[in-house]
Amino acid sequence: MLQIPMNTDPDFAMAGGRLAERDLLIEVDDLRTHFFGGAGSIRAVDGVSFSIPRGKTVCVVGESGSGKSITGRSILNQVPRGGRIVSGAIRYRPDPAAPAIDLASLDPRGRDMRAIRGAQIGLISQEPMAALSPVHTIGNQMMEVIRLHLKMGKKEAREHAIETLALVGIPRPAERMDSYAFQFSGGMRQRVCIALALACRPKLLIADEPTTALDVTTQANILDLLGSLQAEFGLSVLFVTHDLGVVAEIADEVVVMYVGRVVEAGDVDTIFHAPAHPYTKALLQSVPRMHGQPTERLAIIEGMVPSRFARPQGCSFHPRCKQARAGLCDQRDPQSVGIGDGHVVSCLLYEGGQ
Amino acid sequence: MAVSQTPRSPLLELKDLRMHFPIRKGAFRHVVGHVKAVDGVSLRVEDGETLGIVGESGCGKSTLARTVLRIYQPTSGEIRYRDRSGGTVDLAALSGPALDEIHRDLRMVFQDPQSSLNPRLPVIDIIGEVLSVNGIVKGRELEHRVADLMLSVGLRPEYMRRYPHAFSGGERQRIGIARALASNPRLVIADEAVSALDVSVQAQTINLLQDLQEQFGLTYLFVAHDLSVVRHISDNIAVMYVGRVVEKAPTELIFSRPLHPYTEALLSAVPIADPRLRRHGTRIRLAGEVADPAHPPPGCPFHPRCRYATELCRQELPVLRTITADGHAAACHHAESLSLNPFADRTVPEFN
Repeated sequence: MLQIPMNTDPDFAMAGGRLAERDLLIEVDDLRTHFFGGAGSIRAVDGVSFSIPRGKTVCVVGESGSGKSITGRSILNQVPRGGRIVSGAIRYRPDPAAPAIDLASLDPRGRDMRAIRGAQIGLISQEPMAALSPVHTIGNQMMEVIRLHLKMGKKEAREHAIETLALVGIPRPAERMDSYAFQFSGGMRQRVCIALALACRPKLLIADEPTTALDVTTQANILDLLGSLQAEFGLSVLFVTHDLGVVAEIADEVVVMYVGRVVEAGDVDTIFHAPAHPYTKALLQSVPRMHGQPTERLAIIEGMVPSRFARPQGCSFHPRCKQARAGLCDQRDPQSVGIGDGHVVSCLLYEGGQ
Repeated sequence: MAVSQTPRSPLLELKDLRMHFPIRKGAFRHVVGHVKAVDGVSLRVEDGETLGIVGESGCGKSTLARTVLRIYQPTSGEIRYRDRSGGTVDLAALSGPALDEIHRDLRMVFQDPQSSLNPRLPVIDIIGEVLSVNGIVKGRELEHRVADLMLSVGLRPEYMRRYPHAFSGGERQRIGIARALASNPRLVIADEAVSALDVSVQAQTINLLQDLQEQFGLTYLFVAHDLSVVRHISDNIAVMYVGRVVEKAPTELIFSRPLHPYTEALLSAVPIADPRLRRHGTRIRLAGEVADPAHPPPGCPFHPRCRYATELCRQELPVLRTITADGHAAACHHAESLSLNPFADRTVPEFN
């Protein structure tokens, strides 16, 4: 087996495994978001730490139930009903010189959070039709956000809205201001959502599966658009997806999640070409290849994602892991260890002295 | 796997199939136009093959699948199906009991395992319905049969009294597959059957579909938008655009030697799980939207988005014709003269 130099210093792992200080917009530190209900509590996000550097794209990858969407929602401090952030910090540093704001400690409905949400942190979601109002014109919806956050007058807000629609590539934006959501095609609707999210020129864009419902050709255009907007505004993007192809295309850094925890994080080339965690490796192998012999059988991960109510003891992945060791992986919780610059893995195989 | 050459007719043959939906307006519901969802499709599906049908949303691929199953009454054309006795019937002309008979042979797996299973029925009724309705088996025997089916798709038979909500997405899709298999079908139409599943579950389901095909000698009509999945599972691929098949060929040829500019653009848009390819090659970006099937542009429906379009393309509709001897057909006036980028251009050598 390849010997990887290891640094098990907990501070090193805490700092995202990085030796050099980085300009971070968001630092998520041991975030826990739990849901409480009749059937017991669900630990949707259970001790997640990662960071988003300014101007970069971080992709959160995982299967359904991995907590990737709830992580995104937690940063917005907008956890769906029944859930709340239990502990942990989300340090948000809009100004590198000023002290960080802990978003997790703000009241989700309070004035401070509402001033940040939608203005400094935008969201685009998977289903643009559900995100847009069916009974208000696009112009109305755009102007509402702009007037609320940017304190502009009607006329000024209208101009700003038209400018933003033009920016995301809506043809004849001034005319389309009076259209309704249903009058747009799927791809155009997603562009409108992006325009809404970008109307106040946010610092961070949270994109929750924004291209999953779109065709590949449309998806390619939307990804191009996000890339060019990012270059133009120095926007940081947290991109939540299950599609590894999209990740390979746009990510600077990748966070792989499994049942509410980060199993591996690192820069995109490392994750794709030198993955360390057995789950990441298996996930990459289970995607049908676009090259090589097509008839070969797909590698699969045996079993399924564990129920959110009955998380396995020890490492959550051990029942499906080919490298699991009895008496160890089913007992001990793995800690994250840094195994390279920016490369963090949470697996007992990499913990020192084993 | 090569399909042996037999003189008999194909299992399924579509001849100039059209499915036009009327657009009605006004107090008297006048027909003011037609949505030409499927507009002159001719395809052959041989025994035991998997024919993949790809295209963007709105290209008519799902309508085609549903028309073959006779969920819709086609506007014109033939759906020639070779039944178990060896005779050929035209499904488009069938109705009533004769069609019910055929529906045991032709089954469908749907995209959304959530909405395609009745939440008020236990799994035994969902899977066994086709058997009990047709009076094939009853009582204890039905239970055995359902248990067998559940085992063959990798579900535990003890769970047959449970309701769909108690299963995960992947398991629900397996229930859908077991239901499709219940009547010993010959042709299974899978409409985006793995699109809603997670990556690891998707791989399991694809493998399962392939195992079942081998085990039961099934023929698949596999409708999907994900080209990597279609490439993996299909023997042949038909690419659809605005109700028509624009290219059809054995899978490898579609990827190594596309003959239609739309196929080229589609291949170029597929994201690949390899970050190094980002800095590689050029992408073709399709401008504009898929043409409206109610008002397709004159000439080739793809010409407004095609970077090779000429005056001829704006005026004359190209028909699907065989271009090369290895069964590669395309509907493009310039198929012989264009040299399009194959998918292989975007790949780099494997390394580990």
